[in-house]
Amino acid sequence: MKILVTVKQVPDTSGKVAVNPDGTLNRASMQTIINPDDLNAVEAALALKDELGCKVVAFTMGPPPAEGMLRELMAMGVDEGVLVTAREFGGSDTYATSQILAAAIGTYGVEADDVILAGRQAIDGDTAQVGPQIAEKLHLPQVSYAGEITKEDNALTVKRMLEDGYMTIKVKTPCLVTCVKELNAPRYMNIRGILDAYQQPMTVMTYETLKDHPLIDKETIGLEGSPTNILTSFTPPQKGAGMMLSGADKATTDQLAGILAEKHII
Amino acid sequence: MAFNSADIGAFKNVWVFCEQRQGVMMPTTFELISEGRKLANELGVELCGILLGDNVEGIAAELGEYGADKVYVYESPLLKDYTTDGYTKVIVEAVEELKPEVLLFGASNIGRDLAPRCAARLHTGLCADCTHLDIDMPNYKGFLKEASTLPEERIEKLGTVKIAGQDHDVSRDLKMTRPAFGGHLMASIICPRFRPAMATVRPGVMKRRECKKDVEIIKPAFALAASDIQTEVTETVKAAKKLVDLIGADFIVSVGRGISKDVEGGIKLAEELAEVLGGVVGSSRACVDAGWISADHQVGQTGKTVHPKVYVALGISGAIQHKAGMQDSECIIAVNKNESAPIFEVADYGIVGDLFKVVPELIESIKAAKAAK
Repeated sequence: MKILVTVKQVPDTSGKVAVNPDGTLNRASMQTIINPDDLNAVEAALALKDELGCKVVAFTMGPPPAEGMLRELMAMGVDEGVLVTAREFGGSDTYATSQILAAAIGTYGVEADDVILAGRQAIDGDTAQVGPQIAEKLHLPQVSYAGEITKEDNALTVKRMLEDGYMTIKVKTPCLVTCVKELNAPRYMNIRGILDAYQQPMTVMTYETLKDHPLIDKETIGLEGSPTNILTSFTPPQKGAGMMLSGADKATTDQLAGILAEKHII
Repeated sequence: MAFNSADIGAFKNVWVFCEQRQGVMMPTTFELISEGRKLANELGVELCGILLGDNVEGIAAELGEYGADKVYVYESPLLKDYTTDGYTKVIVEAVEELKPEVLLFGASNIGRDLAPRCAARLHTGLCADCTHLDIDMPNYKGFLKEASTLPEERIEKLGTVKIAGQDHDVSRDLKMTRPAFGGHLMASIICPRFRPAMATVRPGVMKRRECKKDVEIIKPAFALAASDIQTEVTETVKAAKKLVDLIGADFIVSVGRGISKDVEGGIKLAEELAEVLGGVVGSSRACVDAGWISADHQVGQTGKTVHPKVYVALGISGAIQHKAGMQDSECIIAVNKNESAPIFEVADYGIVGDLFKVVPELIESIKAAKAAK
């Protein structure tokens, strides 16, 4: 048994973000981080490893520096990293990305009692689409929005979160589960892990490695193979400055309530 | 003939996936039907709902009140509970047979599970969590002039994209606009080479509009066996506590990190102010992450998008992710100790001060103003 986790290195959109005059993102201005929901998937994998002693393999698609992120995950306890990287894969939308990651996972090998874990969504695109689309391309069942996962033999019981409650779902392995932040609190790197991180095996899968896989076709990967295209990107206009009321006493709140009443807002 | 998503000319009509839970239509479905009506009119085609469940035919007729021409109803005990496998199979086979050119889902936890799976099987594009949709180019350009900082001459030039070296005219493509990078950017996405063009649409953003049609209910034959479904739903549990209805509220009083020195007291003040206004309490992500308030109160990029008549932000600094969920409120009032808090950039009225001092006074002032009417 092993657990395969998909992770993504993303710009930290919670920090300062600069936008170029042409409406594109100034990526050089941004820090990169491990996508937060993916850390919950990694923690879920490591918790299962603690319980069952299985191997945990992290997969990422991205430029070569993403290897650094995989090393950080190794310092948390991940056993192996797979970096999927090639110029041909650049510009992929969610459809093309899931084709490539599914090919990489398929090439690595999925066995009967394996589990694939992914974060709910990445903070750069916020699509939540790549996990389910990998499952579809691998013909595996999926459970998204997992708030609790337990494994017994070759089946998982997952608490699948809904806006107004939850469902309890049983699913046989192999399967893919996407994880929400309520699932757990990700652990930190540990000293032992940091020391060992550079000894752990790292596999690099390029276009050459994957090109004979049935899912890899120049027509369905990269910018050219993506079904969606960006027509335009833009920044919304800033709202005009409002009225700052001076003071913070009863006279100020009376003034505000007066304005609201006068404008029939209250 | 085998289904071919690239045979664009073979596709016609706008479809909306009509999500129901326990036999009750989700409110977002009506928003999507209204939006779908607009798109169908712009394309000059029919608007059809696709409704899956067990004994759900009775809730199909109401879709006609919002502009559906037809509703395809698929009923089976196997469709009673939502399963990814069962719903994907039925929808994909219906799309393969009836070939809609646009297919919309609500961006609920179920819609966002189902739509990507369907898109991957159909080999077509999907745009997540859209907040604005257009077909008609003049309407789209008008939207950009209002909602973007793009120069007018750049907006006017829009009309084609390069696809495999060729100019492609986007005038009949669905233009799907959504926030990206946590709301720092907006992007309009198209799916020029394949059909249906698919989108999940953020709940609470599209407006419900009545538009009565004589809706035709159609129950096509379909194949679904228990062996097609690889997951088993053992229970469905509704949250015991009544969830706060942020999307339907006219007045929202939200709390942020500024209540940290007295969390209970801060929430109590927000509740009192909300009660005086006749509204509900919202919150920033920080308060939910800290465990001070339950997640159903969260406003913002990862919470709810709201546009009440009045949004009061108490002790909320105004991270872009929060602003993305509330900046379209009709009137925004911000109270914050820090005069350079970004929330004041979107506020109509700002008070720099301690919310624990200002809010009790504001409650009194509003009570007095209301009594004087």
